[in-house]
Amino acid sequence: MTQNAEKVIDHFELFRGENYQQMLAEKRQQFENPHDAKRVQEICDWTRSEDYKEKNFAREALTINPAKACQPLGAVFAAVGFEGTIPFVHGSQGCVAYYRSHLSRHFKEPTSCVSSSMTEDAAVFGGLNNMIDGLANTYAMYKPKMIAVSTTCMAEVIGDDLNAFIKTAKEKGSVPNEFDVPFAHTPAFVGSHVTGYDNAMKGILEHFWDGRAGLEPKTERQPTDRINIIGGFDGYTVGNTRELRRILDLMGIGYTILGDASSVFDTPTDGTFRMYDGGTPLKEVADAVHSKATVSMQEFCTEKTLAFIGAHGQAVQAFNHPIGVGATDEVLMALSRLSGRDIPDELALERGRLVDAIADSAAHIHGKKFALYGDPDLTLGLTAFLLELGAEPVHILSTNGGHHWEQKVRALLDGSPFGSEGKVYAGRDLWHMRSLLFTEPVDFLIGNTYGKFLERDSGTPLIRIGFPIFDRHHHHRYPVWGYQGGLNVLVKILDKIFDTMDANTNQPSINDYSYDIIR
Amino acid sequence: MSALRQIAFYGKGGIGKSTTSQNTLAALAQMGHRILIVGCDPKADSTRLILHAKAQDTILSLAAAAGSVEDLEIEDVMKIGFADIRCVESGGPEPGVGCAGRGVITSINFLEENGAYEDIDYVSYDVLGDVVCGGFAMPIRENKAQEIYIVMSGEMMAMYAANNIAKGILKYANSGGVRLGGLICNERKTDKELELAENLAQKLGTQLIYFVPRDNIVQHAELRRMSVIEYAPESVQAGHYRALAERIHNNAGKGVIPSPISMDELEDMLMEHGIMQSIDETKVGLTAAELAA
Repeated sequence: MTQNAEKVIDHFELFRGENYQQMLAEKRQQFENPHDAKRVQEICDWTRSEDYKEKNFAREALTINPAKACQPLGAVFAAVGFEGTIPFVHGSQGCVAYYRSHLSRHFKEPTSCVSSSMTEDAAVFGGLNNMIDGLANTYAMYKPKMIAVSTTCMAEVIGDDLNAFIKTAKEKGSVPNEFDVPFAHTPAFVGSHVTGYDNAMKGILEHFWDGRAGLEPKTERQPTDRINIIGGFDGYTVGNTRELRRILDLMGIGYTILGDASSVFDTPTDGTFRMYDGGTPLKEVADAVHSKATVSMQEFCTEKTLAFIGAHGQAVQAFNHPIGVGATDEVLMALSRLSGRDIPDELALERGRLVDAIADSAAHIHGKKFALYGDPDLTLGLTAFLLELGAEPVHILSTNGGHHWEQKVRALLDGSPFGSEGKVYAGRDLWHMRSLLFTEPVDFLIGNTYGKFLERDSGTPLIRIGFPIFDRHHHHRYPVWGYQGGLNVLVKILDKIFDTMDANTNQPSINDYSYDIIR
Repeated sequence: MSALRQIAFYGKGGIGKSTTSQNTLAALAQMGHRILIVGCDPKADSTRLILHAKAQDTILSLAAAAGSVEDLEIEDVMKIGFADIRCVESGGPEPGVGCAGRGVITSINFLEENGAYEDIDYVSYDVLGDVVCGGFAMPIRENKAQEIYIVMSGEMMAMYAANNIAKGILKYANSGGVRLGGLICNERKTDKELELAENLAQKLGTQLIYFVPRDNIVQHAELRRMSVIEYAPESVQAGHYRALAERIHNNAGKGVIPSPISMDELEDMLMEHGIMQSIDETKVGLTAAELAA
């Protein structure tokens, strides 16, 4: 049973050895009071039945495997997209460990973020001292250009007032008076990470545009021709932001990406550690108030932010994680209309190539049934793309999607013959999805890494698109937006279709009669 | 439309905060102002005199029934009462469980996000007993109430509470814009009540906005779940409330940053006025019988 240092056995193999197998069986018998295997199977089969599905959907007071995270995760994501900015989460320490590990496991990059480490005494007396000491330490140790503050549940329940705390901390000399400390209240028990992104983004813009917390008069807007772009909470932010930049440069548009995390989540290994890399320059953030318009790539990530920007006099337009030909067309036409710039031939060629690729593969995708889940904007973008491909989205689920989202998906489905079987599930979780995969099976499932267990359980092949993707590397480096992005998503879907096809035709003369090497 | 004015009534529990505020707001409404009352007290009695109701359905009870606050519409929680006053109650958990302070935060956020403050001249917050936690300070944070009116009386504990509330205001006054509008003394017929109230107001650096005399007609009106303004508009007491409303209206922008005093100073003040004899420390803790012996 012991390992041999000369030949260390990996854990995959180790527990399959005779010794471990015997030990595990004995443990089960002696300590786990197991039901007999037949009974276990019986219950397992019942959980796949229509009867169980009805009970499952009647669930009121319990959520199992929600497909969403909490507000501060979104706030941290938004904050790291700004020049030299460290996110500061006012609250307990464990929460912050979660945001850091969650982002790092997806992007495979370190995530710098600090906590005010509130403990029981702070819960009783309020977290003012944690704010004072925390800001001072953060400023001294990590030398940021900006500290963006958000909150966890604990600080929110006791009602800590960030505005007052930050002012007091500045008076006590934690950071210089003119240092930028924007903030957003992000109670984790309200909304989801997309809400937190929205609140943090609005907090940062409010800080720079409305007088930097009383340091300056509110900025008088002098409209320019520039366009602001907000990406929203996006697991593909590295690839997507770079693709957007390429497109905007091709079109010759002057633009500011508000919240650009593409470098911080993809910092080169060249011998120099950079705690902060890239990010929207703070000067540009302040100047962004003058821009002609702001385009949000994700409506549900920017509801409050866009309302705020609109109230400052800019034109605003929102998309829903646009994927595919039609969705990209709309983005490009909107950019062209807002900027007065033409769409260059180069992009028209890319469009043609994507259309060509879709046509080449149409026979394999047409009529395939899909279940998908994820954030409200992503599921909208994917649904539109599937319909465009002639695939049939059957179950569309978003735990953090609400009534408005449901209506928008419904409208997409109603607008296409391929949407006729589509059903929309707002506020449901992955345990609901599990029932659906058994009672109304589909060909493929699209979701994040957590879909792995649904795939194992139901046998529905999983196409990994979403956030987080922990168990495949580097997907975030490739865009899903733009015509190039559409191509990437198409290939992801096709690869899984062909892999599944091959896995089902791999025994000569039993399930494989044509020995195809061509698909 | 004039700029939105936000005020809040604070004070010790049982001091007559809700009665005073509802009568004053009824008078303000009659002066032609459009008013929204936000009850921030888990016992939810800040609007009963306006709505003639025992207790209004609260935001939090409706949210609990609907599943979450996000499932509510503003029409569900807002009721219209006397003189078109709009009323909402934040409500809160049963005594002994949960967190009432968070309930206040949740409710006020909901109201702001759902446009409850549109087309309104006055928002009035009626806040329970004492500023016990951050949640109950929500109405005095940045961009909320501009002036706080503390309802008190000549009783020692009411003045103690008033002083505590002034401490709360001071905490937020420098970082935000909140100011102390003044004290409203709700007469209890204690010794030298007016003098004491004026003296406390002076020590806190503010003014006694009004001395509301005690009148049983308030009770009569209250039993009928009505304000005196509505029940007996011609009465002397209704006149007092109208005068109080007038003073509050004219007090816009005249609030101050309070200068709360220590417990010792408060006791000294009572002694100065002869309410309390100078304490012989050897006699502290002795019963009446022991003192007589």
